[in-house]
Amino acid sequence: MAHNDSAPKGGHDAHGTPTAEGGAHAAAHGAHAHPTWKQYKWVALILTVITGVEVWVYYVPSFVASKLFVPFLLIMSAVKFAIVVLFYMHLKYDARLFRALFTGPLIIAVVTIISLLFLFGHLAVRLGS
Amino acid sequence: MSSLAMVLALAAVENRNLPKVTTGDRILGSSKLWLWVTCILGATFLGFQSYEFTSFVHEGLSIRTNLFGSSFFTLTGFHGAHVTAGVIWLGTLLAIDYRRGLGPADAINVDIAALYWHFVDVVWIAIFTLIYLIR
Repeated sequence: MAHNDSAPKGGHDAHGTPTAEGGAHAAAHGAHAHPTWKQYKWVALILTVITGVEVWVYYVPSFVASKLFVPFLLIMSAVKFAIVVLFYMHLKYDARLFRALFTGPLIIAVVTIISLLFLFGHLAVRLGS
Repeated sequence: MSSLAMVLALAAVENRNLPKVTTGDRILGSSKLWLWVTCILGATFLGFQSYEFTSFVHEGLSIRTNLFGSSFFTLTGFHGAHVTAGVIWLGTLLAIDYRRGLGPADAINVDIAALYWHFVDVVWIAIFTLIYLIR
Protein backbone atom coordinates (compact mmCIF):
# COMPACT_ATOMS: atom_id res chain seq x y z
CA MET A 1 0.00 0.00 0.00
CA ALA A 2 1.30 3.42 -0.81
CA HIS A 3 1.37 5.97 1.96
CA ASN A 4 -1.62 7.93 0.79
CA ASP A 5 -3.33 10.59 2.82
CA SER A 6 -6.55 8.77 3.36
CA ALA A 7 -5.30 5.42 4.57
CA PRO A 8 -5.78 4.87 8.29
CA LYS A 9 -2.82 3.30 10.04
CA GLY A 10 -2.42 0.91 12.89
CA GLY A 11 -3.53 -2.27 11.20
CA HIS A 12 -6.52 -1.15 9.15
CA ASP A 13 -6.97 -0.91 5.41
CA ALA A 14 -8.48 2.03 3.57
CA HIS A 15 -11.97 0.90 4.61
CA GLY A 16 -11.08 0.62 8.26
CA THR A 17 -10.94 -3.17 8.13
CA PRO A 18 -8.07 -4.63 10.17
CA THR A 19 -5.31 -6.21 8.09
CA ALA A 20 -3.62 -9.47 9.08
CA GLU A 21 -0.25 -7.93 9.86
CA GLY A 22 -1.63 -4.83 11.45
CA GLY A 23 -4.14 -6.85 13.38
CA ALA A 24 -1.36 -8.40 15.45
CA HIS A 25 0.10 -4.98 16.07
CA ALA A 26 -3.28 -3.52 16.91
CA ALA A 27 -3.79 -6.33 19.39
CA ALA A 28 -0.41 -5.54 20.93
CA HIS A 29 -1.48 -1.92 21.19
CA GLY A 30 -4.73 -2.69 22.90
CA ALA A 31 -6.66 -2.57 19.63
CA HIS A 32 -6.59 1.15 18.87
CA ALA A 33 -6.26 2.93 15.56
CA HIS A 34 -4.10 5.94 14.76
CA PRO A 35 -4.81 9.20 12.91
CA THR A 36 -4.20 9.34 9.18
CA TRP A 37 -1.33 11.05 7.36
CA LYS A 38 -3.69 13.84 6.40
CA GLN A 39 -4.64 14.42 10.03
CA TYR A 40 -0.99 14.46 11.11
CA LYS A 41 -0.22 17.14 8.55
CA TRP A 42 -3.25 19.24 9.50
CA VAL A 43 -2.43 18.93 13.19
CA ALA A 44 1.14 20.14 12.55
CA LEU A 45 -0.18 23.05 10.48
CA ILE A 46 -2.75 24.07 13.09
CA LEU A 47 -0.16 23.88 15.91
CA THR A 48 2.23 26.03 13.88
CA VAL A 49 -0.44 28.63 13.13
CA ILE A 50 -1.56 28.83 16.77
CA THR A 51 2.05 29.23 17.95
CA GLY A 52 2.58 31.94 15.32
CA VAL A 53 -0.51 33.80 16.51
CA GLU A 54 0.62 33.50 20.16
CA VAL A 55 4.01 35.01 19.35
CA TRP A 56 2.43 37.67 17.11
CA VAL A 57 0.03 38.94 19.79
CA TYR A 58 2.98 39.16 22.17
CA TYR A 59 4.26 42.02 20.01
CA VAL A 60 0.94 43.92 19.89
CA PRO A 61 1.19 46.39 22.83
CA SER A 62 -2.51 47.27 22.89
CA PHE A 63 -3.48 43.59 23.12
CA VAL A 64 -0.82 42.85 25.74
CA ALA A 65 -2.22 45.70 27.84
CA SER A 66 -5.80 44.45 27.54
CA LYS A 67 -7.49 42.00 29.93
CA LEU A 68 -7.88 39.52 27.08
CA PHE A 69 -4.15 38.85 26.71
CA VAL A 70 -3.61 36.26 29.46
CA PRO A 71 -6.92 34.39 28.97
CA PHE A 72 -6.27 34.30 25.21
CA LEU A 73 -2.82 32.76 25.69
CA LEU A 74 -4.10 30.27 28.25
CA ILE A 75 -6.93 29.17 25.94
CA MET A 76 -4.57 28.84 22.96
CA SER A 77 -2.19 26.82 25.13
CA ALA A 78 -5.04 24.54 26.25
CA VAL A 79 -6.14 24.06 22.62
CA LYS A 80 -2.61 23.08 21.58
CA PHE A 81 -2.36 20.72 24.56
CA ALA A 82 -5.65 19.05 23.63
CA ILE A 83 -4.72 18.69 19.96
CA VAL A 84 -1.37 17.05 20.73
CA VAL A 85 -2.91 14.71 23.29
CA LEU A 86 -5.89 13.75 21.12
CA PHE A 87 -4.05 13.18 17.84
CA TYR A 88 -0.29 12.76 18.35
CA MET A 89 -0.78 10.82 21.59
CA HIS A 90 -3.79 9.19 19.89
CA LEU A 91 -6.00 9.49 22.98
CA LYS A 92 -8.96 10.16 20.70
CA TYR A 93 -8.51 6.69 19.24
CA ASP A 94 -7.71 4.85 22.48
CA ALA A 95 -9.94 2.61 24.54
CA ARG A 96 -12.42 4.31 26.86
CA LEU A 97 -10.47 3.07 29.89
CA PHE A 98 -7.27 4.80 28.74
CA ARG A 99 -9.18 8.01 28.01
CA ALA A 100 -10.64 7.91 31.51
CA LEU A 101 -7.24 7.15 33.07
CA PHE A 102 -5.81 10.25 31.37
CA THR A 103 -8.63 12.75 31.67
CA GLY A 104 -9.72 11.82 35.22
CA PRO A 105 -6.41 12.68 36.97
CA LEU A 106 -5.94 15.62 34.59
CA ILE A 107 -9.26 17.13 35.74
CA ILE A 108 -8.31 16.55 39.40
CA ALA A 109 -4.92 18.22 38.83
CA VAL A 110 -6.43 21.22 37.05
CA VAL A 111 -9.10 21.71 39.73
CA THR A 112 -6.40 21.41 42.43
CA ILE A 113 -4.16 23.99 40.76
CA ILE A 114 -7.03 26.44 40.21
CA SER A 115 -8.13 25.98 43.83
CA LEU A 116 -4.58 26.65 45.05
CA LEU A 117 -4.38 29.73 42.84
CA PHE A 118 -7.55 31.11 44.40
CA LEU A 119 -6.40 30.12 47.89
CA PHE A 120 -2.98 31.71 47.63
CA GLY A 121 -4.36 34.66 45.66
CA HIS A 122 -6.79 35.29 48.51
CA LEU A 123 -3.98 34.92 51.06
CA ALA A 124 -1.76 37.28 49.07
CA VAL A 125 -4.49 39.90 49.03
CA ARG A 126 -5.03 39.53 52.79
CA LEU A 127 -1.30 39.65 53.55
CA GLY A 128 -0.83 42.63 51.29
CA SER A 129 -3.63 44.66 52.85
CA MET B 1 7.74 19.86 14.55
CA SER B 2 9.64 17.15 16.41
CA SER B 3 6.32 15.63 17.42
CA LEU B 4 5.33 15.41 13.75
CA ALA B 5 8.66 13.70 12.97
CA MET B 6 8.04 11.31 15.87
CA VAL B 7 4.60 10.23 14.67
CA LEU B 8 6.02 9.78 11.18
CA ALA B 9 8.79 7.57 12.64
CA LEU B 10 6.17 5.49 14.43
CA ALA B 11 4.06 5.23 11.27
CA ALA B 12 7.13 4.13 9.30
CA VAL B 13 7.86 1.37 11.83
CA GLU B 14 4.24 0.20 11.80
CA ASN B 15 4.17 0.12 7.99
CA ARG B 16 7.68 -1.31 7.57
CA ASN B 17 6.54 -4.35 5.59
CA LEU B 18 4.29 -2.47 3.19
CA PRO B 19 5.66 -1.96 -0.35
CA LYS B 20 7.16 1.46 -1.05
CA VAL B 21 6.09 2.41 -4.56
CA THR B 22 6.88 6.09 -4.91
CA THR B 23 9.70 8.32 -3.65
CA GLY B 24 7.21 9.82 -1.22
CA ASP B 25 6.50 6.34 0.13
CA ARG B 26 10.20 5.72 0.64
CA ILE B 27 10.68 9.05 2.45
CA LEU B 28 7.61 8.65 4.64
CA GLY B 29 8.48 4.99 5.22
CA SER B 30 12.00 5.62 6.49
CA SER B 31 11.96 5.23 10.26
CA LYS B 32 15.68 6.04 10.40
CA LEU B 33 15.10 9.38 8.68
CA TRP B 34 12.30 10.46 11.00
CA LEU B 35 14.08 9.24 14.12
CA TRP B 36 17.12 11.25 13.02
CA VAL B 37 14.97 14.32 12.39
CA THR B 38 13.38 14.00 15.84
CA CYS B 39 16.77 13.57 17.53
CA ILE B 40 18.28 16.52 15.67
CA LEU B 41 15.33 18.78 16.53
CA GLY B 42 15.58 17.71 20.18
CA ALA B 43 19.33 18.32 20.22
CA THR B 44 18.80 21.71 18.55
CA PHE B 45 16.34 22.64 21.29
CA LEU B 46 18.92 21.66 23.92
CA GLY B 47 21.57 23.74 22.15
CA PHE B 48 19.35 26.82 22.21
CA GLN B 49 18.52 26.17 25.85
CA SER B 50 22.19 25.91 26.76
CA TYR B 51 22.84 29.21 24.97
CA GLU B 52 19.88 30.80 26.77
CA PHE B 53 21.01 29.56 30.20
CA THR B 54 24.56 30.76 29.58
CA SER B 55 23.37 34.17 28.40
CA PHE B 56 21.10 34.61 31.42
CA VAL B 57 23.87 33.70 33.85
CA HIS B 58 26.21 36.16 32.13
CA GLU B 59 23.47 38.80 32.41
CA GLY B 60 23.29 38.14 36.16
CA LEU B 61 20.21 35.89 36.37
CA SER B 62 20.92 32.57 38.04
CA ILE B 63 18.84 30.04 39.96
CA ARG B 64 19.70 31.88 43.20
CA THR B 65 19.12 35.46 42.02
CA ASN B 66 15.40 35.80 42.76
CA LEU B 67 12.05 33.97 42.65
CA PHE B 68 11.82 34.27 38.87
CA GLY B 69 15.33 32.84 38.43
CA SER B 70 14.54 29.89 40.69
CA SER B 71 11.25 29.19 38.90
CA PHE B 72 12.69 29.68 35.44
CA PHE B 73 15.78 27.51 35.83
CA THR B 74 13.92 24.79 37.74
CA LEU B 75 11.05 24.52 35.26
CA THR B 76 13.03 24.80 32.05
CA GLY B 77 15.97 22.85 33.50
CA PHE B 78 13.81 19.86 34.41
CA HIS B 79 12.16 20.06 31.01
CA GLY B 80 15.57 20.12 29.34
CA ALA B 81 16.63 17.09 31.37
CA HIS B 82 13.57 15.22 30.10
CA VAL B 83 14.34 16.26 26.52
CA THR B 84 17.90 14.96 27.02
CA ALA B 85 16.53 11.63 28.25
CA GLY B 86 14.20 11.56 25.22
CA VAL B 87 17.04 12.20 22.78
CA ILE B 88 19.06 9.37 24.38
CA TRP B 89 16.00 7.09 24.21
CA LEU B 90 15.49 7.89 20.54
CA GLY B 91 19.22 7.32 19.99
CA THR B 92 18.87 3.78 21.34
CA LEU B 93 15.94 3.19 18.97
CA LEU B 94 18.07 4.47 16.09
CA ALA B 95 20.87 2.09 17.08
CA ILE B 96 18.42 -0.83 17.10
CA ASP B 97 17.04 0.31 13.75
CA TYR B 98 20.54 0.31 12.21
CA ARG B 99 21.43 -3.01 13.87
CA ARG B 100 18.45 -5.15 12.88
CA GLY B 101 15.70 -2.82 11.69
CA LEU B 102 12.54 -1.79 13.54
CA GLY B 103 9.40 -3.54 12.35
CA PRO B 104 5.73 -3.82 13.31
CA ALA B 105 6.67 -6.10 16.20
CA ASP B 106 8.65 -3.20 17.71
CA ALA B 107 5.87 -0.66 17.16
CA ILE B 108 4.68 -0.84 20.77
CA ASN B 109 8.18 0.10 22.01
CA VAL B 110 8.44 2.98 19.55
CA ASP B 111 4.91 4.07 20.50
CA ILE B 112 5.89 4.25 24.18
CA ALA B 113 8.93 6.38 23.28
CA ALA B 114 6.67 8.54 21.11
CA LEU B 115 4.20 9.01 23.98
CA TYR B 116 7.08 10.12 26.20
CA TRP B 117 8.25 12.56 23.53
CA HIS B 118 4.76 14.03 23.10
CA PHE B 119 4.42 14.30 26.88
CA VAL B 120 7.59 16.40 26.93
CA ASP B 121 6.06 18.42 24.08
CA VAL B 122 2.81 19.19 25.91
CA VAL B 123 4.77 20.21 29.00
CA TRP B 124 6.69 22.65 26.80
CA ILE B 125 3.39 24.05 25.47
CA ALA B 126 2.51 25.04 29.03
CA ILE B 127 6.01 26.29 29.91
CA PHE B 128 6.28 28.37 26.74
CA THR B 129 3.03 30.18 27.48
CA LEU B 130 3.49 30.62 31.23
CA ILE B 131 7.20 31.51 31.29
CA TYR B 132 7.91 33.16 27.95
CA LEU B 133 4.68 34.81 26.78
CA ILE B 134 2.63 35.86 29.81
CA ARG B 135 3.98 38.95 31.52
